[in-house]
Amino acid sequence: MKKVYVNEEWCLGCHLCEYNCAFANSGLSDMAKLKGKTITPNIRVEEGDKICFAVNCRHCDDPICVKSCIAGALSKSPDGVVEINKDKCVGCFTCVLVCPFGCVRPDEQGVISKCELCTKNAVGEPNCVKGCPNHAIVYEER
Amino acid sequence: MGINYIYPEFEVIRDTTRCIACRVCERQCANEVHRYDEDLGMMTADDSKCVDCHRCVSLCPTRALHIEKSRHTFRENANWTGDKITEIYRQASTGGVLLSSMGNPQNIPVYWDKMLINASQVTNPPIDPLREPMETKTTLGAKPRTIQRDQDGKIIDNRSPRLTLNTPIMFSAMSYGSISYNAHASLARAARELGIYYNTGEGGLHKDFYEYGPNTIVQVASGRFGVHKEYLETAAAIEIKMGQGAKPGIGGHLPGAKIVGDVSATRMIPEGSDAISPAPHHDIYSIEDLRQLVFSLKEATEYKKPIIVKIAAVHNIAAIASGIARSGADMIAIDGFRGGTGAAPTRIRDNVGIPIELALASVDTRLREEGIRGDVSLLAAGSIRCASDVVKAIALGADACYIGTGALIALGCHVCRTCHTGKCNWGIATQRPDLVKRLNPDIGSQRLVNLVRAWDHEIKEMMGGMGINSIEALRGNRLMLRGIGLTQKELDILGIMHAGE
Amino acid sequence: MKKEGEIRIPAGCAISSIFSKNGKNICGDRIVNSMRVMHDRSNGLGAGYAGYGIYPQYKDYYAFHIFYDHTKAREECEQFLEMHFDIINLSKIPVKKTPAITDEPLIWRYFVAPLPTKLAESQLDEKEFVVRCCIRINTQITGAYIFSSGKNMGVFKAVGYPEDVGEFYRLDEYEGYCWTAHGRYPTNTPGWWGGAHPFAMLDMSVVHNGEISSYDANRRYIEMFGYKCTLLTDTEVITYIIDYLTRREKLTMEETAQIIAAPFWSTIATKSPEERARLEYLRDTFASLLITGPFSILVGFDGGLMALNDRLKLRSMVVGEKDDMVYIASEECAIRVIEPELDKLWSPKGGEAVIVRLNGGVK
Repeated sequence: MKKVYVNEEWCLGCHLCEYNCAFANSGLSDMAKLKGKTITPNIRVEEGDKICFAVNCRHCDDPICVKSCIAGALSKSPDGVVEINKDKCVGCFTCVLVCPFGCVRPDEQGVISKCELCTKNAVGEPNCVKGCPNHAIVYEER
Repeated sequence: MGINYIYPEFEVIRDTTRCIACRVCERQCANEVHRYDEDLGMMTADDSKCVDCHRCVSLCPTRALHIEKSRHTFRENANWTGDKITEIYRQASTGGVLLSSMGNPQNIPVYWDKMLINASQVTNPPIDPLREPMETKTTLGAKPRTIQRDQDGKIIDNRSPRLTLNTPIMFSAMSYGSISYNAHASLARAARELGIYYNTGEGGLHKDFYEYGPNTIVQVASGRFGVHKEYLETAAAIEIKMGQGAKPGIGGHLPGAKIVGDVSATRMIPEGSDAISPAPHHDIYSIEDLRQLVFSLKEATEYKKPIIVKIAAVHNIAAIASGIARSGADMIAIDGFRGGTGAAPTRIRDNVGIPIELALASVDTRLREEGIRGDVSLLAAGSIRCASDVVKAIALGADACYIGTGALIALGCHVCRTCHTGKCNWGIATQRPDLVKRLNPDIGSQRLVNLVRAWDHEIKEMMGGMGINSIEALRGNRLMLRGIGLTQKELDILGIMHAGE
Repeated sequence: MKKEGEIRIPAGCAISSIFSKNGKNICGDRIVNSMRVMHDRSNGLGAGYAGYGIYPQYKDYYAFHIFYDHTKAREECEQFLEMHFDIINLSKIPVKKTPAITDEPLIWRYFVAPLPTKLAESQLDEKEFVVRCCIRINTQITGAYIFSSGKNMGVFKAVGYPEDVGEFYRLDEYEGYCWTAHGRYPTNTPGWWGGAHPFAMLDMSVVHNGEISSYDANRRYIEMFGYKCTLLTDTEVITYIIDYLTRREKLTMEETAQIIAAPFWSTIATKSPEERARLEYLRDTFASLLITGPFSILVGFDGGLMALNDRLKLRSMVVGEKDDMVYIASEECAIRVIEPELDKLWSPKGGEAVIVRLNGGVK
């Protein structure tokens, strides 16, 4: 399946992906309306001494988050996307604990949030990829 | 610290209603203009550090930023302009030579803009390049003087080595050192994909780029940096750099700070040592010496590589070119005074040399008068900005054009003219790894390919309009040009008539 | 209004030719009749003819046809000719006065041979010597213009419509194995006798219909080799190019055609390696002699005729054959009117040279 991959060689650590992610999932009409808000993006830039790269859900073939979900809120779609049904989530956050990449997080409403490749927002394709200035984040089949 | 005489040239204008304090501007500015102020809870800027490179403007996701020229003024004075006054303040405080980058920005006539191109009407049909073949393929190199046949009467191929271009555009010399590894990678890859050539400049050829040899022109300059047997043999052609349009008559100086890692290895000089290219080649004090170097290089490469001699456009250019045409060189590259540079003394850049248009026209005329135009190809450089500049250059007599600044702009350069600081925010004129990585050659090479393909389309459209379906029929075809607003003297030098004639 | 030589003159035109491969004599009135039907392709500002094999009695001598504006020019020119040539015969070219042709200059004809001493002194080959003498007269003697200089051939041209020019020169009194003709439709000349076509150099004559877009590229290149384009017409530069390639570079007519109407690179790429190398060589070496823009030309030369269209065939040209006769004209009607029953009629492709030669000399 097509996934979001990150090539750390080209990641500039500009963090634009985080804002593009937050905006895509915010439902706002203008990114400027993020002003004053604390964003909780589904992609995060990890920065070390000389390296930086963005990390988001790997959409694992055998996702441990799905296995561990006690409410059946997480599932793997036929397309391979690890999806979340927020109505079913009970906020136990087991998935947050088990995700080896730290890519599931509690959101402002007390349920979990994670990257669903922008399939459920108005953008339709990963907005982090669209907005990456250096093609460090790509959406492709590998 | 004393008195600060210099007020910032630019103002960073931030629309606070749109700024979401994502801090991308802060992270992306190597000049450290932007800063997030925790106390104020907002972004602030130090205008004095801004070079107007637009990196922050381009990356700002909410378009909250733009840069304005400072409204701060001196009392109006046509003679003592603000620039002149500021330069004096600067020199009075440092005692140094003013440095600048890129090409001459002064308001001196751009002759490209004073020439108009012809089109066919009635007596001769325009040709539609979408329907009919339209050829921009160009071959460079000396033409044979005589036709030789074997016993069977078949023509013997007695041509000297050639370069073949799919379109009459090449990337001009920019050294690894003055521009980044990724900039070189972009140029090399684009040249290969386009079927044209890029030029190493005088900084040697990085080992990684030997694979692009068939599309590479290597330079031999006065510092001889990075020149060795394999370097010469790998290339498609060798360019002897005698001068550069941005700084005729002076050499080059790449500060030791930039001679790091691979740059040092590629130039074959120790890390941290300044790379100084002398003003002259110290083995060329006259034209006969040049001939010796031309033939030394031909000997070294078994007469398999064409030799280009690159010169800056200066007053006596026609006679100099005539001498070079008789030196055994296969091509002459003429670099006009608007040609770019990574660093040049401001006074030299802005006052020395002549426009490429006039230089090219007078050289082409002179070589034809002497009957030796076929002995060399002419390459025009020094601010070829668009496809119509290429068309005009070829109509004046050029075989092909070099583009340097135009190529860098395609890579993201915003012509802020501060290459000499080494802090290029676009990853082009810098060696700082965190900045270099900003130029991804996958993107860079594609943008260069797009640019040259776009120009090629435009050249074909203009040729078709003129009823010309092959670039060689445009070469030196000065009847296709008319001057506008030029004096008779200028028209005479350009060898064209005035519009309406 | 600028005169010829001061400004470049685009022109539309009619061309026609007749050639007998067996070298039979063809009367000049036939070519005049062919041109008559294409009256509308000319505008009365120039027409002319070239006949080959028309001076058998003087076939070893250069036949100079010269226009003089006044007697003084003739005296000066004859003085020059006497210094450089042995003049075997001189006379006015016989003409028939007609109201359609006015303002005629003095029109003289000389049969000459270079003086051996002068020729040796010049260290040139004979043809080059003759060419240089002609160029000298044309550029340096005001009011004198040599418009024909070949052996056993002659050019007849004037300001007027083709049929009137043919009658004026009494072409029905000449016979030759080959005729070419031209009717001119220039767009910015008041009309000048010397500017009419054919344009000739030694025994090569060119008639051309078209307006080439490569003109200045071609002119500025060919002028490097001692040619001086004084008329600024396409025909002049085409003639010089063909002269340069065939006489100076010793290329064949076929090779010459492959240079001036070179195949497209994409076409060259489809050829066998050897042929590809040959065509690439020609195109690359003589790049600046490629002619673009519309043209159909007829090149008469000693013993042959070449017809050639530009690469895109932007001008009409048809070829008709009947027995040993070859007819080539801008329009089919110009052929049908003199030969209604043709064995073959076809339209050559762009850049495809049609070259006909005498089978075995003149009969």
